[in-house]
Amino acid sequence: MSLATAPGRRPAEPATGPRAAGGWFLVLPALIPILVLSVGPLLYGIALAFTDAQSGRTAPTRWIGLLNFRDLLHDTLFWESFRVGLVWAVGVTVPQFALALGLALLLGQNLRLRWPARALAIVPWAMPEIVVGIMWRLVYHPDAGILNETLGTGVDWLGGLSTALPAVVLVGIWAGMPQTTVALLAGLQNVPGELHEAAAMDGAGAWRRFAAVTWPAIRPVALAISALNFIWNFNSFALVYVLTNGGPGGHTRLPMLFAYEEAFRYGQFGYAAAMGCVMVAVVAVLLACYLAGRLNGDER
Amino acid sequence: MSPLGRGRPARRAATRAGQYVALLCYLVFLAFPLAWLLSTAFKPARELASLHPGWLPDHPTLDNFRQAFDEQPLLRAALNSLTAAASAALIATVVATPMAYALARRRTRLTRAASGWVVVSQAFPIVLVIIPLFLVLKGLRLVDTLPGLVMVYVVWALPFALWMLTGYVRAVPRELEEAAAVDGAGRLRTLTSVTAPLLAPGIVATVLFAFITSWNEFFFALVLLKSPGKQTMPVVLTHFIGAEGVADLGPLAAAALLATLPSLVLFAFVQRRITGGMLAGAVKN
Repeated sequence: MSLATAPGRRPAEPATGPRAAGGWFLVLPALIPILVLSVGPLLYGIALAFTDAQSGRTAPTRWIGLLNFRDLLHDTLFWESFRVGLVWAVGVTVPQFALALGLALLLGQNLRLRWPARALAIVPWAMPEIVVGIMWRLVYHPDAGILNETLGTGVDWLGGLSTALPAVVLVGIWAGMPQTTVALLAGLQNVPGELHEAAAMDGAGAWRRFAAVTWPAIRPVALAISALNFIWNFNSFALVYVLTNGGPGGHTRLPMLFAYEEAFRYGQFGYAAAMGCVMVAVVAVLLACYLAGRLNGDER
Repeated sequence: MSPLGRGRPARRAATRAGQYVALLCYLVFLAFPLAWLLSTAFKPARELASLHPGWLPDHPTLDNFRQAFDEQPLLRAALNSLTAAASAALIATVVATPMAYALARRRTRLTRAASGWVVVSQAFPIVLVIIPLFLVLKGLRLVDTLPGLVMVYVVWALPFALWMLTGYVRAVPRELEEAAAVDGAGRLRTLTSVTAPLLAPGIVATVLFAFITSWNEFFFALVLLKSPGKQTMPVVLTHFIGAEGVADLGPLAAAALLATLPSLVLFAFVQRRITGGMLAGAVKN
């Protein structure tokens, strides 16, 4: 086989033409599904936001311009859900980052219990989100849950108006720890060991060494993973769906849950697509501010 | 110097102790929900109904697992999940490998655009994509079918697969390929006998990881699959939770445990490679 193909191909090899053409050939198998099932639907989705598309309607879909967005502007339920989404995303991302950074630094030390900690820190990554949700439902269970048993309380954690959101946020932190920890561990490989030792020799304390040597080295990774975490958390669905399904009284209704209900329970495709557009826009603006601020900080 | 010299060992010991306390706190935080899930899955119904549940089952039983299979079509669901996840993982990897090769080895406008897409696709809110996908698949009569779900999973697994594979291709030294070319090996020959063997472990890791993400996926499955006989494991798990909250804790925990096992086992295999790949990516940046 190779004898037959190799000589036939070789005369053409030295020219740059086939190599350049080969690029297309290599990229095409992945590019077609990406265009058809990812880029296409995205554009289609944006277009839907400007229509009155509904599920199971016989009348043809019409362009309605900005009407969906005007309705959204006055939809207090949506903005309430948006607020919950932001609280959730910030409330999960920030502690998640701090805890993961601490864990990554600890795992970098020569400690004895490192191995089980490393294994445990990875486990939530492998678990289906639904299982994570079910597991914490068992923990939070008012009668049979271990949390009430340990604390000696009788709180309905997921059902209480004031406890539901914090309880759900804690689960979010737990579930997202592995990715953040692993990314930061990878970032810590960039920390120059000699510099650390030199700083220690000069009498720099642990905090000084962290601020002067470790942090600058892991900064790019830290920036990237916290930005990604924020996006993932803001768009998260399965965890809260199984924990509270948005309740009680919408106190944990993330924007994704709201849009899902709007689209697939009430069939308001156009309206839900408009929500999606607003979500992307707000997240994009927030991230741009965050990254710009951070990059400016870099220059100083 | 001398006060410092005397002070240091004591301070270092205190730091060490502090580190162990912190690590222990992490261990407890990470482990206790897992331990509770395990314990619940093996508890008999009588202990689950007790007002003061203990950490360990007094009389461990497998009843919950048996009951879980009675209550919901778990076997069918596992089979559906297996079919969807395995096909999606294989197709995604087969399709992504050549592209990853191009991304790692060439810098053209096309490859730059593709790398950009890999990053941007992470920021999509899937709600914006799922409605059009639902409409498109409905037009193709692929809603409520496994092939429809597989198509979505392929595209959904592609960004991370591309990202992993690109890292692995970069790790194959270009010099090796050039040496083979100098020795008179054709392009195809170089790919099959030099690049492919070195890339094989990375390709396997990518397949396994794509399998895990598809096996665990919930949202698309929830929207696209309606008939109970076609639903995947995560969707069927939610059926254990009745309208008024959790009905039967034991079988629920048992089924949740079963749904996790395949991912956990596979993840143990690929964990090192994924962290390695992330490391390569981080170093590259």
